[in-house]
Amino acid sequence: MSLFSDPRWTEALAHLPDYLGNHVRVSLAALALGLIVSLPLAILARNRPVLRGALLGFASIVQTVPGLALLALFYPLLLVLAALTLSWFGFDFSAFGFLPAVLALALYSMLPVLRNTITGLSGVDPALTEAAQGVGMTERQSLFMVELPLALPVMMAGIRTAAVWVIGTATLSTPIGQTSLGNYIFAGLQTQNWVFVVFGCLAAAALALAVDQLLALIENGLRHRSRLRTALGGAGIAALVAATLVPAMARSASGYVVGAKTFAEQYVLAALIAQRLNADGLYATTRAGLGSSVIFDALKAGDIDVYVDYSGTLWANQFHHTDVRPREELLADLNSILAKQDITLLGELGFANAYALIMPKQRAEQLGIRTIADLAARAPSMSIAGDYEFFSRPEWAGIKQDYGLSFRTQRQMQPDFMYAAVASGEVDVIAGYTSDGLIAKYDLAVLDDPRHAIPPYDAVMLLAPKRKDDTRLRAALQPLLGRIDIAAMREANLRAAGNDASSSPDAVARWLWEKIGKK
Amino acid sequence: MSHGPLIAYTNVGKTFANGDVVAVDDVTLEVAEGEFLAIVGGSGSGKTTLLRLANRLIEADSGRVTVEGEDVRNVDPILLRRRIGYVFQSGGLFPHLAVGANIGITPKLLGWPAAEIAARVDELLELVQLDRAQYRERLPSELSGGQRQRVGVARALAARPRIVLMDEPFGALDPLTRDALGDDFRELHRRLGLTTVMITHDMTEALLLADRVAVMHGGRLLAQGTPAELSGSSDPYVEKLLHTPRRQAERLGKLLPRDGAA
Repeated sequence: MSLFSDPRWTEALAHLPDYLGNHVRVSLAALALGLIVSLPLAILARNRPVLRGALLGFASIVQTVPGLALLALFYPLLLVLAALTLSWFGFDFSAFGFLPAVLALALYSMLPVLRNTITGLSGVDPALTEAAQGVGMTERQSLFMVELPLALPVMMAGIRTAAVWVIGTATLSTPIGQTSLGNYIFAGLQTQNWVFVVFGCLAAAALALAVDQLLALIENGLRHRSRLRTALGGAGIAALVAATLVPAMARSASGYVVGAKTFAEQYVLAALIAQRLNADGLYATTRAGLGSSVIFDALKAGDIDVYVDYSGTLWANQFHHTDVRPREELLADLNSILAKQDITLLGELGFANAYALIMPKQRAEQLGIRTIADLAARAPSMSIAGDYEFFSRPEWAGIKQDYGLSFRTQRQMQPDFMYAAVASGEVDVIAGYTSDGLIAKYDLAVLDDPRHAIPPYDAVMLLAPKRKDDTRLRAALQPLLGRIDIAAMREANLRAAGNDASSSPDAVARWLWEKIGKK
Repeated sequence: MSHGPLIAYTNVGKTFANGDVVAVDDVTLEVAEGEFLAIVGGSGSGKTTLLRLANRLIEADSGRVTVEGEDVRNVDPILLRRRIGYVFQSGGLFPHLAVGANIGITPKLLGWPAAEIAARVDELLELVQLDRAQYRERLPSELSGGQRQRVGVARALAARPRIVLMDEPFGALDPLTRDALGDDFRELHRRLGLTTVMITHDMTEALLLADRVAVMHGGRLLAQGTPAELSGSSDPYVEKLLHTPRRQAERLGKLLPRDGAA
């Protein structure tokens, strides 16, 4: 019983209407779209071997693209499309969240529907299609009165498979801005909140099972020509949609949306910003777990109103500069570049979350390594681990060049596991983050960078174009600027990495506000 | 027009597989109104193709097929099929539709009002001697082979056609059922004034049921005529086909003597 007495279960439950509702809407919309596209295509392809091969080939290829990548690909695609429709037809649409998620998931649903519909139709006894012709049916009548009803069980099996896939894969739509049950999983993984991870998985599985059973009921009803069962199944699906629409309607749409990327520090900062706004009477919600390539565009498009980014990340990733500038100069340059795009750089928070080469303190002292320059001599016999993007970033090339670094091996790792890996000696050095609380926890040393090869990564607050002149928003955020120093942020991050009730982003954000508010 | 043949094939030819397989080779054949014609032949003789040319399930390559005096090429094939009854081998019933819906299918396609279709279905069930209350809502899978074929016949007759085409209708049935069904249909044919063309590979069945018998072999029409006319044929294949029923009749006559033969 103690397992469920953890207050995080209650917190998870509080999010359920929002997350589940969004999950249901995006999944069912995707499934419906997938069916609207796939069914006619499959029917068209049943007597056309070339089209059939092309369709099944295409759908199979789509299936081999990992779900996360497919979802992520739709975001830039739709941004371009939105820009085109704006310049050609004078309107644009949000390329964020719902739309890319629905499109990607619909594509994902196509293979089982196409394959089973084609198989089902070609499995109809030719004697029966002959009989259909013989009694005077047109080709269309034969299709709708004989072939489709007979193929129905096989088709429904495909539709049910598609439904389960879509509901499962929809958990991956969180990073492109679509709230889903994946929010539990992403947030849980980032903040080591296993209660959330388990809750998210269980909820997604339960939803998949429920929809599968409702579809089975409809199929059963259609097969046995039982209107009651068909109606019950249909009513179940409709009730599911209706139940999830009610809270969405009731929610005010005109609040502020605070964005956060996919790591714990961002969750905490977003929670802190939302708490400050709400404290000032500005209704705010958070949209956490956004991919780092998605979040800036989402701000530019006004899908989120405010978020925290890092100067070096913007400089290198967003504006594709490869040179390393001194801190003040970089911030000034960024300010003017952002202003041209109508984005407000409101100010710095007071700490930097830069990349840094990190190793266990004790080992560094034994080997006499204090700086990256000291490390260069030892590096050829050492291994290094970094996050998924570090080794392809320009500063890595810069560091290697400036210090003549060359490691025996380099590995990519989930950031949360890096620190433990270096502490246990599994790797010798990691490219970690200066604000990470685990540095203190594992007693690690951050190596100095005397040649300034690593660009500065000051945490800065950005406002969307439409919030440029929002003085209430600016006033509410002002108390956060310049107040969070590296020690406070590290401690906050360490707390967020804990695995108990006080480690939720909201709780840590409250703690952080207490700490900086008292100064 | 009404005194001409109801169905007429004139020098009709049909090949498949780009001309490699000759299914029907220069056949000329007439079916008079009210006649019961049986087409007898082995598999690959072209008898099924010949039957399907009449309602354009298959299109002729050469020659002319007329139905009720009209060249079938000038008639919409869908409308043509709706006014010609067709009984399929082993029923061809739609497994997802109940008996009533199967029987009423062609009237439904023709847009009859629902009440009229329902009345017609009941009438037909009675006609093929199936209890309406008991069978109307059953699925084909719940019927015996003979019952299924009765439903198949009822379906063919639903839209009151003048012509009925039958593709080996009784081939898959046990001898008793087959005999009873054949007799019952023969009676329906007479009572409703139908014109019937039936395909069979069984010469005995053809001789017993039909007014006239046409013999197909290798796509060609070898002989046609009443049983009596046929027995005078000098064609060796026709001779061979007649040999079995003759010998069976002789032997059965000896084996089953009846005093004061009927």
